Amino acid sequence: MQAWMWLGPVIMLFVVLGFVTLAILFERKVIGWMQSRIGPNRVGPWGLFQTVADVLKLLLKEDIVPQKADETLFKLAPVIAFVPAFAVVAVLPFTDSLVFADIGVGLLYFIAISSITTIGILAGGWASNNKYALIGAMRSAAQMISYEIPLVMALVGVIMAAGTLNLSGIVEAQKEMWFIVPQFIGFVVFFIASLAELNRTPFDLPEAESELVAGYHVEYSGFRFAFFMLAEYVYVFAMSALTTVLFLGGWNPLFGFTFLPPLIWFLLKFSLIVFTLIWIRATLPRIRVDQLMQLGWKVLLPLALFNIFLSALLKEIPGIGSYY
Amino acid sequence: MLRTEEMLLNVGPQHPSTHGVFRLVITIDGETITEAKPVVGYLHRGTEKLAEDLTYTQIVPYTDRMDYLSAMTNNYIVVHAAETLMEVELPERAEFLRVIVMELNRIASHLVWFGTYLLDIGAMSPFLLAFREREQILDLFNDLCGARLTYNYMRIGGVKWDVPEGWLDQVRAFISNMREKLKEYEDLVAGNEIFLNRTRGIGVYSADEAIDYGLSGVNLRAAGVDWDLRRDRPYSVYDRFEFDVPVGKNGDLYDKFTCRMEEIRQSLRIVEQAVDQFPEGPVMAKVPRVIRVPEGEAYVQMESPRGELGCYLVSRGKDKPYRLKFRRPSFYNLQILPRLLKGENVANLVAILGGIDIVLGEVDA
Amino acid sequence: MRCTDIYIHPSLLGQGLMVRISFDGVTGMEYWANYSMTAIFFLLGLALPAAAFTVGRWLRPHHPSAAKIITYESGVDPFGDSRVQFHVRYYLFALLFVIFDVETVFLYPWAVAYDTLRQDVGLFVLVEMLIFVLFLFIGLIYAWKKKVLEWK
Repeated sequence: MQAWMWLGPVIMLFVVLGFVTLAILFERKVIGWMQSRIGPNRVGPWGLFQTVADVLKLLLKEDIVPQKADETLFKLAPVIAFVPAFAVVAVLPFTDSLVFADIGVGLLYFIAISSITTIGILAGGWASNNKYALIGAMRSAAQMISYEIPLVMALVGVIMAAGTLNLSGIVEAQKEMWFIVPQFIGFVVFFIASLAELNRTPFDLPEAESELVAGYHVEYSGFRFAFFMLAEYVYVFAMSALTTVLFLGGWNPLFGFTFLPPLIWFLLKFSLIVFTLIWIRATLPRIRVDQLMQLGWKVLLPLALFNIFLSALLKEIPGIGSYY
Repeated sequence: MLRTEEMLLNVGPQHPSTHGVFRLVITIDGETITEAKPVVGYLHRGTEKLAEDLTYTQIVPYTDRMDYLSAMTNNYIVVHAAETLMEVELPERAEFLRVIVMELNRIASHLVWFGTYLLDIGAMSPFLLAFREREQILDLFNDLCGARLTYNYMRIGGVKWDVPEGWLDQVRAFISNMREKLKEYEDLVAGNEIFLNRTRGIGVYSADEAIDYGLSGVNLRAAGVDWDLRRDRPYSVYDRFEFDVPVGKNGDLYDKFTCRMEEIRQSLRIVEQAVDQFPEGPVMAKVPRVIRVPEGEAYVQMESPRGELGCYLVSRGKDKPYRLKFRRPSFYNLQILPRLLKGENVANLVAILGGIDIVLGEVDA
Repeated sequence: MRCTDIYIHPSLLGQGLMVRISFDGVTGMEYWANYSMTAIFFLLGLALPAAAFTVGRWLRPHHPSAAKIITYESGVDPFGDSRVQFHVRYYLFALLFVIFDVETVFLYPWAVAYDTLRQDVGLFVLVEMLIFVLFLFIGLIYAWKKKVLEWK
């Protein structure tokens, strides 16, 4: 392993951290505008350093480990939650040349690694030895087992059309037509399931502030709390990028507008997804935990299975078959 | 079946959804509540006992702090009790002003409920929208009596301040604005599938149960009991206005939501009529400087935003009451909570508790 | 650089499902470079918290007191134990999850190789998977009817 190999990932780490900093500010600003407020505007011009100030404050905050907590696991849990969040970024292709790990099973890698975070959440909730945290952690597991399957199944149609699990390959296959059009059912199922995977409104049950106070991270303070938040927002980054790659044609330009560089195209689509996530957060109430599981098993899973065979059948129709 | 244990969970007094310092000790089996015990009294200040040592004028600001979301109705009930015993003839203008401020306060109170309720079930935006409109009401009150929350506005014999110039026009402007915004709220919330799923068929009780538990206000009407003191036992000048009383059918949370939204609309109607018929004249009747209520007892009742607010006053002819007792609707409405929570899950807990619409200042007095 | 694909080679179908990894023009060096990149991301993911907690330890105060390290329970002293035999009401969902997760393991290679298989063996490849998925789906409907999919 040569030293230069480390350079790219280190830059990527700072890009991701920069994204998280801006995304949190952007989220607060956008939600502020949607609620006829101004949003943060005190720290730096346009509130630009608000998140930086927040992070510094968290860094200086006392690290409290509750007396009854399982200390080792309590301290380890935020790390378990964060590491996979950053590890999945490795396989995301931003342009045809800008991809760190161009591995053959990129999609499988992403899905497999990303579910490890649930273990971190579960461990954090259990180790806190707090009743609210325990319920939050249990909900997180319930959510994972209900949404992992529709999420994975919804992608089978994409894989069939692309004929590969390599993410660059999937983007290449969308030169003609973005998968959001032929795989629309898959996209809808995937998007809803990914919201649940991200634990974002309306599926923010594990932390459900008004019910469980803060859910699984109720006992966490300072930088340990920050790492849970960081993991959450790095997933927003990763999941938005994945959605862009799988359904919105990655770096492929729209209508052949090639005067914009591919990376800009990627970022435009990516920002659109991030904005949609924020928009949903400002709009929807929280779903109830039993309703969530019903939605996952009774609606999304049959829909995803149906989509697989619909895609296979549409492949047989001449004319449009080439898009599937 | 595996053997599982029940867990005691303490919700409140420091919890975002108990709307103050309310505490619930619940026993949960998984996420299902098997038993719920409300614990009240964290905000008890002994208003009723304190009142025995205060002159009537001094009691009024204490009532502001009971149901602090609707202080005007609290002001009214205590002066109304004293006026009933004293048999004071009130000037028209004072009565109209009282109705206007009480109905505006009802709107403000229901707006707070709307915002916090949606916040309880996880929607953030309606809270800020509702508070934007409520702010206009508070500004109106600020212009009228110099306070935004604890008004201390009513006096035995009338009200403290006459309307400032242009105030009635501002009220008119508010009415038309509020009507538009109300449509916006309903578009935003009432059509939302998640909201409907979280409120329809949740926390249901029948009309008989509602009466048995002594519920009043929207909690009673949502179950289908057509009972509103403003219409059925009119006080002040309510008999001069036209308004409808919204009644629910199923007694679920969704009915409570629609009832409260409709009540805002009806209150706007009342305020509009009152502003149109607003008479000239003084705002205070001729009452002595030191108020001595003649010996006797009186129970007066009114429809506060939360239900039947009553005041039982015993006077021995002194300048201070011998005994003052409030029938505080939040406290009575809360009694049905353990029955409603049994068998529900934790997520429904906040929805049901929010649906009752308690104000802890009033529960604990 | 075109990368490796997992596909099921048709000639191996007779001997049961066997997966072959092919290196479509990718040298072994590049192959391992890609995977070591994921390892680097893992290590960096570990390094960031390690660095942050170390720096944090130098900067932050540390004055634990008895009241501070008490478990939060809505503002009163916690009572009862939170490490109880918690009733996980969704354990039946968890069993279903395992079944369907295994199903995806079969679906993914199938989906990757679908076009190749379609040309070689025709629509039979679809029918075959349809039967497999249908079996599991019947199981789901059975669970549905048995009211396992209710959160009691």
